[in-house]
Formats: sequence, structure tokens, C-alpha cells
Amino acid sequence: MITMATRAGPFTHTVNSISRTMLWVMAALLPATAYGLWLFGWPAIFLLVITLATALAAEALMLKLLGQPVRARLADGSALLTGWLLALSLPPWAPWWIGFLGALVAIVLGKHLFGGLGQNMFNPAMVARIVLLISFPVQLTVWVAPAPLGSANAPSFSQALTYVAGHSTLPEHMSAATSLGVLKTEHSRGISVAKTTEQLPPPEQLAIGREPGSMGETSAGLLLAGGLLLLALRIISWHIPLAMLGTLATLALVSNALDPSRFAAMPIHLLSGATLLGAFFIATDYVTSPVSRSGQLLFGAGIGALTWVIRSLGAYPEGVAFAVVLMNAMVPLIDRGFRPRVFGRSRRGQSLDTKKPKIPL
Amino acid sequence: MWSFRVRGGVKLQYHKELSSEKAVVPMPLPRRLYLPLQQHIGAPALPVVVVGDTVLKGQLIAKAAPGLSAPVHASSSGTVVAIEEYVAPHPSGLRQKTIVIDTDGQDRWAELPKPITDDFPLGVTPAELNSRVAAAGIVGMGGAAFPSAVKLDLKSRYQLDTLLINGAECEPYLTCDDRLMREEAAAVIDGVRILAYALEVQSVVFAIERNKPQALAAIREAARVEPWIKVMALPTRFPMGSERHLVLACTGRETPSRKLTADIGVVVHNVATARAVARTVRSGEPLISRVVTVSGRGIREPANINVPLGTLVEDLLVFCGGLHPVPHKLIGGGPMMGAPLPSVQVPVVKGTSGVLALTADEVNDGAESPCIRCGSCVSACPCGLVPLEMAQLVRRGDLQGAQAIGLQDCVSCGSCSFICPSHIPLSHYFNFAKGQLGALDRDSRRQDRIRSLIQARNERAAREAEAKKAAAAARKAAKAAAAAASAAAPVDTPASQLEEST
Repeated sequence: MITMATRAGPFTHTVNSISRTMLWVMAALLPATAYGLWLFGWPAIFLLVITLATALAAEALMLKLLGQPVRARLADGSALLTGWLLALSLPPWAPWWIGFLGALVAIVLGKHLFGGLGQNMFNPAMVARIVLLISFPVQLTVWVAPAPLGSANAPSFSQALTYVAGHSTLPEHMSAATSLGVLKTEHSRGISVAKTTEQLPPPEQLAIGREPGSMGETSAGLLLAGGLLLLALRIISWHIPLAMLGTLATLALVSNALDPSRFAAMPIHLLSGATLLGAFFIATDYVTSPVSRSGQLLFGAGIGALTWVIRSLGAYPEGVAFAVVLMNAMVPLIDRGFRPRVFGRSRRGQSLDTKKPKIPL
Repeated sequence: MWSFRVRGGVKLQYHKELSSEKAVVPMPLPRRLYLPLQQHIGAPALPVVVVGDTVLKGQLIAKAAPGLSAPVHASSSGTVVAIEEYVAPHPSGLRQKTIVIDTDGQDRWAELPKPITDDFPLGVTPAELNSRVAAAGIVGMGGAAFPSAVKLDLKSRYQLDTLLINGAECEPYLTCDDRLMREEAAAVIDGVRILAYALEVQSVVFAIERNKPQALAAIREAARVEPWIKVMALPTRFPMGSERHLVLACTGRETPSRKLTADIGVVVHNVATARAVARTVRSGEPLISRVVTVSGRGIREPANINVPLGTLVEDLLVFCGGLHPVPHKLIGGGPMMGAPLPSVQVPVVKGTSGVLALTADEVNDGAESPCIRCGSCVSACPCGLVPLEMAQLVRRGDLQGAQAIGLQDCVSCGSCSFICPSHIPLSHYFNFAKGQLGALDRDSRRQDRIRSLIQARNERAAREAEAKKAAAAARKAAKAAAAAASAAAPVDTPASQLEEST
């Protein structure tokens, strides 16, 4: 229908491209990822390799099946980023098939069944994480105490292989619980949240991230640094992260002030779980977030609020993945309701008033 | 200021340095001139010369057609060798009627209208000024080529109060307006005063982007004699030169959708137009030349050249040392809103602000990938549109849907295409869709016309049938009456009378 032969302008273009964007996002994830790999050792490294390889292979397969240009689309980096984000959100010592299945679900179910890049409604990595959490709740809630590479507790390369292969179970002394997990279980046993909080790592330690948790979610400081890099490069705008973090912080502050025995304090909400990874790297996913700035504010606020609701009132200790996917479902609606005002028109779309012409036309 | 009043826009790579320090040089007279009859928006001009005529520089060779149009003058002396279809400087490569003149090298002037040399108040009425501008064939020289006299006449229908002079020159590479403001500031300001006089407005704003400090200084200096001319330095952001956005940035007034800036009391003229008006008034010279920027990394010697209209782009390129390396794209105008030239054998016309030879690096036109909904186009659109959604609708063929979300409010500035990381040619989609809608509109109007004609015909037929029926009924009644009468009084009815009633 549209001929490209005599393409109209512009005849200049930014250097920006999809692959450049994806590469920068991955670069921004590097510090937190490297820290997670160091902290959780060889099993985490294997997990990352498995999800990345599976994501790429699944992407190539799907592109081939759907008759799309495999090499060009694979090079855009979107599948790699999906696999990467998924790995960061998984328990670091998860068996190989968790990573494999997760990446498969993310790429095939979360992305290509919706129509491929740009067409998916839900964040593929979060869809995969939720599918895994619901299908394999045990494997998805096995947390390990930090055992940095080179330390006494760190599993050797061959030990790591047996964990990843699923042939041996974790040694007793390595299992641990996340801060949010501890709060939830203790609260269900009738122990006050305020009291439990005293036994949790202090906020500065949560910021550094030497604690149990998903592979790339523990270091709040490094995630924040990556997020700030993306902001500085204008790859993401401040609207979604600020709205999400602001809403979550406000709700946490207010609820904690009202009932400290029931609701966790603000720093715990902001610094643990997937809050920062979610705010800067997951909620900001272009494809599954609103396109207008005002829509993005609402979207971010929705994720912040839902995260707080799920964590504080729901059955799960953590809620970022659910919150993101729930708000993803709202995006078409938000996009419809939050358009920018058209130049020369009122918010309702009426042409603005004019001065009266001297002689009526 | 931009950030408060106008949303969107993009930061571009400018490359004005290639030609900004090159003073305007005159173009040597070419052997042949090709003057298309349509160098403006509106109806093509009507030739008043025939093949074989000898013409003088500045002589009228085609008069304005009735309605919206502008006349064409010979840009040098010589002989008319052809009036024929010739490739126009338009991407389609379509041909249009063109007067071809073989120059004689004498460059002899025709007799020109008497210059108006009075200082203000000018010794002529605004109406007389308008007709002089109309007769000189001056059109908007910023690119749109709207006949200037028609714009000056807007005062008869609108309450105008402000004249805005567009010296923004926001297109990358172009420096012709910059040079004009630097080198002929006094003439430009004189033109501004004449325009203000013709429009009978009190307030004048002269807007220049901040990336032209010398032009700003020169215009400020020249405008010092006229303190009522307000010179404004604008942030450098594309599309600052877009008429509606410029008006908003400078006056705070927002032009309503589908209306003219005149509706809110503002008329905008380009700096080169102002200088052309001054020239016409002060020396009687019609619009027969213009300053053209020849630039891009594919040009050996970028330059600003005062070019006789009708000169071939090929001659310009030769004058600039030729192409090196072989360019990726040859463009008439700026890289954002300009159009690809179909060949180097097209003439420079009144609206040609630049000829750019761009290398592949400068164009950076990668392969198209799927939209990732990044929203860059939404942030960049100065019109508050959602280009990605409009493009989706256009792709699906839902032009009405695209129109419903503002397709007709798009000013085709190209910011969305420029910023798109997926290299989706968004503006191209919208131009296409606007063209289609225009065609549909014309079509539906034609259908309406046909329908109304058919309806009129049916009504006429019905009326005639009705009349026939009535006549027949009347006849019957008359017959019956006659029969009754003859029954009552059996008198012989003359045959002639009977015949008459049949």
C-alpha cells in the first residue's frame, strides 16, 4: 500500500536503535549482575548461562517458524535482555530446568504467541517468573545465604554442577530466607512486624545487598546506579520509576506510622525484593508500559500501590512481578485515556476559540 | 520558553558550520534558465511570451492565474527557446510546464516599476504596496511558497495585530537565512518595516534561534532605529521554525486546530521574503534570484550562493566543486522537511532554500524494525499526537481512525521519524494518509455532486410527469365539461376547437 521508493523525509536520523537501547540496558544491569554472580557463585553463573542460551535459542526458533529474518531480529538484543532479566529474578541456585523452562515460557508464551517484539502485552520475564512461581512454588522459594566466590561456603565448580543438575539438595546450613519472606512468615505466626524487623539486616546492608534473595535483586545500590545511568542516557524517563517508588514509599510510610506491628517500614519496601530492579528495569519496559508521560505516572503509581498491597495484605511475601503484570493489563486502557493534548485543541479534542474575523467568511 | 509553551521537538545534529561562515557569493549566469510556471502554492502562472521572443532581465514572462497564484519573471536577458514540460524539483519527477530561456550573457534589465525611495511613511498606500508585491511574484521563501501578497491581504478579513518574522532557520545545514540576516540586516529590517506598514500592524516580533549569534547581533543592531521591532532569541530546537509553534513560542498564542495564525491575529513572513519585499519596493526588482545553501558532506565546497531562479542544480553543484564522495541522498531544502531531488537537472525555484548532498553516515537510514512502543515519537511530537498509534491505524488502512486521533493536525515536521529507534518512516505514513484522505475527500465531493445532479434530474422528471398528469387531468375535465355542455345544449362544436384541446 505504501511505497518506499521515493521515501519522504526526514533524511537524517538519530543514532539510536533498538539494539543500542537493549545494549545500554544490559550494560546498566552489569554491576548488579556481576555482584549477584560473585555473591552466589557458580550455580548462579550456570543459571544465567542457561537462561540466556535458552532465550536466544527459543527466539531463533520462533523467528524461523514465523518466517521472520532470524539474524537481524536476534541481533536486536531483546531476547537476550529477557533471558537476563529472568535470571536476575530467579533464586540463584535454582536447578537448570527452572531457567530453561522459564526462558522458554518467556520467549514463546510471553512474547511470540502475542506476535513477537513490540506486540506482547505482558513483560515476558515477569510472565515466566509468575508461571514458574505458581507451577513450582518449592523451587522458586529456595533461598541461599550469600556464599561469595572464593569463600569457605562457596560451592566448587563440580558441586555447583550437581546442584544445577538437581542431583543433590542444598546443604542445611546454606538455606536462608529473604527479608520479605521472614516478615511474612513471622507475621503469620503472630509475631509483630516491628519485632521481626529488628532481626533483619539494617537498611545499609540491604543497600549493599549481602543477603539472601533472587540472583540480581539483592544489591539495591548497584541497581539504583544502573537505573540512574539509564536516566542520564535518557533511555528511560523518570516518570515510571519515580511514580512507582514514590507510591510504594508513601504507602509504606503511612501504614508503618499507623500500625508498625503490622506493616513493614519504608526502607525495607524500597531496598529489598524486586523493588529497584522492577522500578528501573522491568516496569520501564517500553513494550508493556504506556506511551504518554501522564499515562506512565499512573502506571508507575499503580505498580507501587499493588506491590505494597500484595506484600502487606496478600499471601505472597513479594509482589513486584504480579503488580507489573497486573498493570501491564491496564496499559491499553491507560493509553486510550491518557493522550497528550493535541496542539490547537482542547483536552476534549475541540478546536480552540479564535478571534472573530472582521468579515465573517 | 520552549519548554513551557511548546511541548516536544527534537535536538538535532546541526552541521551549520559547513556553510555558516561562507559569505553569499553570486552564481555566474548559466547558459540556460528553466522557469517552471508553478513555483508557488496555487494555480500555475500563464505564459505571456512565445517561443522565439527576446526577453529582458526582470521582464514578466508569465502572469498570475486568477485566484491564488504568482507571476514569473525572466531572471536574465535572452531568448525564449521553449515552453514545454520539464522535470520539476519534486520527488515525483513529474514534469510541468516550464519556460526555457537561452541567456545572452548581457544580463540587460527590462524597464522596472519606479522605486519607492521615501522613508516612512511611504508615499504609497498599503493597497498599492500589496499590488507591487503581487506583481513582483514574491512568495514565501521559507519553503512553503505561499504567494506573499495574499498573506498581506489577510488584513481585509482578519483582525491582525502582530507581524512575526521567521528567522529561526531550524533545519540542519541551512544557512541562507543566517547569511542574509548577517550580510543584509538593514535591507531585511527595511523589508520588515514595509511589511508592517502594508499589514497595518503595530507589533512586530523578529524571531531567531540562539545558534545564530551573529545574525542576532546584526538584526538587533539594524532594528535599533525601530524600537517597536522586538527581536527575540529562541532556544535551538526543531521544529522551532514551524509557523504555529513559532507563534506560540513568541506570542503565547496557540493557533486553533485547522485554523490560520491570522485567526489569532498573527501573520508570519520569512526573513528572505522580507528582504525580497524591500528589494522590490526600493529598486523595483521582481523576485528573480534567491540565496541557496549548498551543503552536506557530499559537497566538495559548501557555499551560500545568490542564484538566478531557473538555474539547474547541476550548475550549482559544478560551481561548488562537484560531489565528493558520491552522495547517498540529494535533497532540495533541509534534511527534515525537504524532498529528494529526482535528478540534478532540475531548476532552483522560489522555494528552494537548500541543495544538500548527504553521505550515508549523515542520513543513517537503517532497516525498519517492529515498533517497540518506546514512546519517543510521542515525546517528540510538537503537536501532541501519538504517532505510533496513528501509524498502526494507517498501516491497517483505517484512515478515518487515524484522522479521529489527529492525523490532520500533523505538520509533517518529521521529528517522530527522526527519533524512532526502529527507523519506522512515520512521517511518510502520515503524508501518504493525508494524501489518501484528500483524494477520498475530493472523490466524495464528486460523488455528492453527481448524487445531487441525479437527484435534481429525478426531481425534474417527477415534476414534468406531475405536470403532464395535471395537464391530462385538466384535459379530461375540459372534455367532460364540454360533453356535459354539449349534452345540455346540443350545439356543434367546431372541429378546430376540439383539435386544440387534444
